[in-house]
Amino acid sequence: MSETSWPPAGCALVTGGSRGIGAAIARRLAADGWPVAVNYRAGAEAAERVVAEIEAAGGRAVALAGDVSDPAAADALFEAAETHFGVPVLALVNNAGISRDNLSPSLTDDEWQAVIDTNLTAAFRFTRRALKGMMRARTGRIVNISSVVGLRANPGQSNYAAAKAGLIQFTRTAAVEVARRGVTINAVAPGWIDTDMTADVNRELLDAVPAKRAGTPEEVAACVGFLVSAQAGYVTGAVLTVDGGLSA
Amino acid sequence: MSVSKEQVQERVVEALASFGPDADTITPSATFEELDIDSLDLVELAQIVEDEYGVVLKGEDMKELKTVGDAVELITARAA
Ligand SMILES: NC(=O)c1ccc[n+]([C@@H]2O[C@H](COP(=O)([O-])OP(=O)(O)OC[C@H]3O[C@@H](n4cnc5c(N)ncnc54)[C@H](OP(=O)(O)O)[C@@H]3O)[C@@H](O)[C@H]2O)c1
Repeated sequence: MSETSWPPAGCALVTGGSRGIGAAIARRLAADGWPVAVNYRAGAEAAERVVAEIEAAGGRAVALAGDVSDPAAADALFEAAETHFGVPVLALVNNAGISRDNLSPSLTDDEWQAVIDTNLTAAFRFTRRALKGMMRARTGRIVNISSVVGLRANPGQSNYAAAKAGLIQFTRTAAVEVARRGVTINAVAPGWIDTDMTADVNRELLDAVPAKRAGTPEEVAACVGFLVSAQAGYVTGAVLTVDGGLSA
Repeated sequence: MSVSKEQVQERVVEALASFGPDADTITPSATFEELDIDSLDLVELAQIVEDEYGVVLKGEDMKELKTVGDAVELITARAA
């Protein structure tokens, strides 16, 4: 089935859109014609900068504060975005994520829980909330930002790996459940991308990456842009790695 | 909010018809199975009912429902 008009009459919500990969995704979706809600937790200034950049480029955006690990966040953010733009959220990118690295023998309950709550449980709650409107609209795009660490081991990140692997299997299962409603749910699994999250990582580790370099947030955003596009309507339950060959 | 059984019936038929079956096959005695209405459709029906009548239908409620009439009765009773 071909999509007659795209983007549809809806808006996009990008969690953790104030910095790094999320900011690049917000800019990308705005450039593709989506009104974009740029969520952030603490960095209001950074989020406003992303909004200003989008507006300067002729797009529409709004910055929305909210901690995705709060059980009430999904309802609050969807309502705020839908009220602001006057249309339902028909593209959701679950991008907000944190890492709390530690070796499993010394990993604390708090480190475990914080990463599961933010990287996995929040994506479930936001997806559940998004599906209400998308199922009724008979169209929608959800992209979950997983990680190559959800596919292969990385010592010191067992909590992060569990969350990101869980996110992949959640993505596949939910995708199959709603496929016949025209809603697609996919995961993107980035490898090493240059952002604040990887700023402190030893760059010698890049030797393990076949491409011998880190990726850029824009390279991840391009993949998300494709999965959100009309042309990707038959792609669902997929995991797209963007990792310079690391997991190949 | 109080709604009449006829209003609920009309809305349920409209919602179910949007899932595939012809509106004139959606009679009170028709079973969801006959109509090819599956669990995902019932989840969506529950959302519509919640948004429009403020009636929350849980998974267990939905499992009990066999016919269109069952659904209309339950929703009307809860909305009263
Ligand atoms: N960088 C990589 O190499 C890499 C690789 C694979 C996967 N990923 C994944 O890609 C996603 C983005 O990573 P990144 O490198 O761009 O991270 P980043 O530079 O650290 O940015 C994280 C973003 O998420 C927001 N955020 C964090 N916790 C939040 C919460 N509880 N509620 C709402 N927003 C929250 C931050 O907002 P504030 O600034 O306001 O806190 C910020 O906008 C994450 O899911 C990450 O796991 C990254």
